[in-house]
Amino acid sequence: MTGQASGRAAGDAWSSPEGAAALAAPHSAEKRRAVDLRVLLGLFLPVAIALIWEGIVSIGWAQGRLVPPPSRIVATLWGLSETGELWTHVWATLWRVAAGFAIGAAAGIVLGALSGASDTIRRLLDPTLQALRAIPSIAWVPLFILWLGIFEASKVALIAVGVFFPVYLGIAGAILSVDRKLVEVGRVFRLSRFKLARRILLPAVLPEAVIALRSGLGLGFMFVVAAEFMGASEGLGYLLVDGQQMGKPDQILAAIIAFALLGKLADSLLMLGTKPLVRWQDTVRERL
Amino acid sequence: MLNLEHLSKTYADGTRALSDINLSVRESEIVALIGGSGCGKTTLLRLIAGLDRASAGAIRLDGTTITEPDAAIGIVFQEPRLLPWLTVTDNIAFGLDGVGAAERRERVGHALAKVGLSEHADRWPRDLSGGQQQRVAIARAFVTNPKVLLLDEPFSALDAFTRASLHEHLLGLWEETRPTVVLVTHDVQEAVTLADRAVVMQPKPGRIFDELPLSLARPRDKSGPSFDSAVRRVLAALDQSLQTQHAPKREQDRQAAALWW
Ligand SMILES: Nc1ncnc2c1ncn2[C@@H]1O[C@H](COP(=O)(O)OP(=O)(O)OP(=O)(O)O)[C@@H](O)[C@H]1O
Ligand SMILES: [Mg+2]
Repeated sequence: MTGQASGRAAGDAWSSPEGAAALAAPHSAEKRRAVDLRVLLGLFLPVAIALIWEGIVSIGWAQGRLVPPPSRIVATLWGLSETGELWTHVWATLWRVAAGFAIGAAAGIVLGALSGASDTIRRLLDPTLQALRAIPSIAWVPLFILWLGIFEASKVALIAVGVFFPVYLGIAGAILSVDRKLVEVGRVFRLSRFKLARRILLPAVLPEAVIALRSGLGLGFMFVVAAEFMGASEGLGYLLVDGQQMGKPDQILAAIIAFALLGKLADSLLMLGTKPLVRWQDTVRERL
Repeated sequence: MLNLEHLSKTYADGTRALSDINLSVRESEIVALIGGSGCGKTTLLRLIAGLDRASAGAIRLDGTTITEPDAAIGIVFQEPRLLPWLTVTDNIAFGLDGVGAAERRERVGHALAKVGLSEHADRWPRDLSGGQQQRVAIARAFVTNPKVLLLDEPFSALDAFTRASLHEHLLGLWEETRPTVVLVTHDVQEAVTLADRAVVMQPKPGRIFDELPLSLARPRDKSGPSFDSAVRRVLAALDQSLQTQHAPKREQDRQAAALWW
């Protein structure tokens, strides 16, 4: 029977041009190269604009005082890192994001799990949390400063609030949407409540939990900027404000680039760390 | 011995899914439940599995009343329902929590070989074909050695070839421990291939219309005359169940027509 099945598959392949081509190995190698080229296509626009601007400024058609050419931004970034100043700011920002993310994510996971698992707790908690969510998080700033002072605590608290909501919503939603049919498999094998949570609910919610954590982390980076705007003496956000006040657009752009790299790096680390947990997932994401 | 006594089930919305079901299944007997869509076959299996509560009546397995899932009763659902985060091996071992590691490996390996999936042991469910997934689900239910095994149209989504080979895998597993099997099917051939008895059901409310013994010798020869006559007998019973179900309706129509005149 298997012989017949594979025979049929091969027959199908030869009967259509695409199928026949798929059987030929060189084609797939070619296709991979074509994909690589198309990725490069995405780089074309930013690189071209940067080069053109660089050229215009170096010819002298434009001064580039407000919009510095790439070479000047790179030089500024390099200078900041030479003096070690950049790393002080990077560490300050990273520390704040890490602390705020840890607190916000932990609270989001615990409350999200409780409200997803128990109907009573959800009725108790959810309305309040949803109401709080409607408040723009930045509006807490004055209160946090009054309560926690102008130093680290109020900044970390703001970031934690920003991280909390997407994580809470994601986890609670993931638990509520676990497939009832899989839970029934657990019941058939007479799992206790605890084992049901560990062997079925936990693995089932992991993929969505990872997504919730990622969007939480993204918001963490958004809120660290806001936190550092409101009076900080170090941090990448401080570099931004300082650049504005001193009229140094190259420093602002250098800080923005540092933010972009840092955010991407943190996200990649989170993805890498959680990948083994969601390896089984049947999605296209692993191809992205 | 599995006994269903005056079993009824009315769902919360008032649907009478089952009414007064009485059935005794001997140990090691294979019973096929046949009937049209919506006549309560899945409902009946869910009650026996302890996943739902009966509205009236009782289910007894060797004297003990079943009201919730029991270690002695296994079920294979209409869909494979494999856990996507476990490999094939771990899926089959899912119900073997209290068993030592060595014995577990032994039993899972044996079950894998029996359903012909040894070379797929470490793959993910998503990488298996539909028929392979269904075989894993069957192995998962068999590996705990239940006394009663409930199968809810486990092969209905498969082509005839795959189905025939799964019938053999199923009978192979059944030969080893000879559990009592209740098999739901739409396929008369399937019922005659596997079962010792066919139970024909009728809908609205779900009830038993007829029981037909299929006392053919095993292994069954599908081209033999006794096989054919058994198939014809079951088909006739099914036909009759549909007719008696429609007869009162026609009667009503005629009365309505008479009134209209
Ligand atoms: N959870 C439920 N709530 C209300 N009614 C239900 C529920 N489940 C099933 N029913 C109804 O009970 C009747 C029997 O359903 P059941 O699923 O047992 O049929 P079945 O014989 O398995 O049909 P099929 O062959 O199509 O699978 C149907 O009329 C169905 O609409
Ligand atoms: Mg059904």
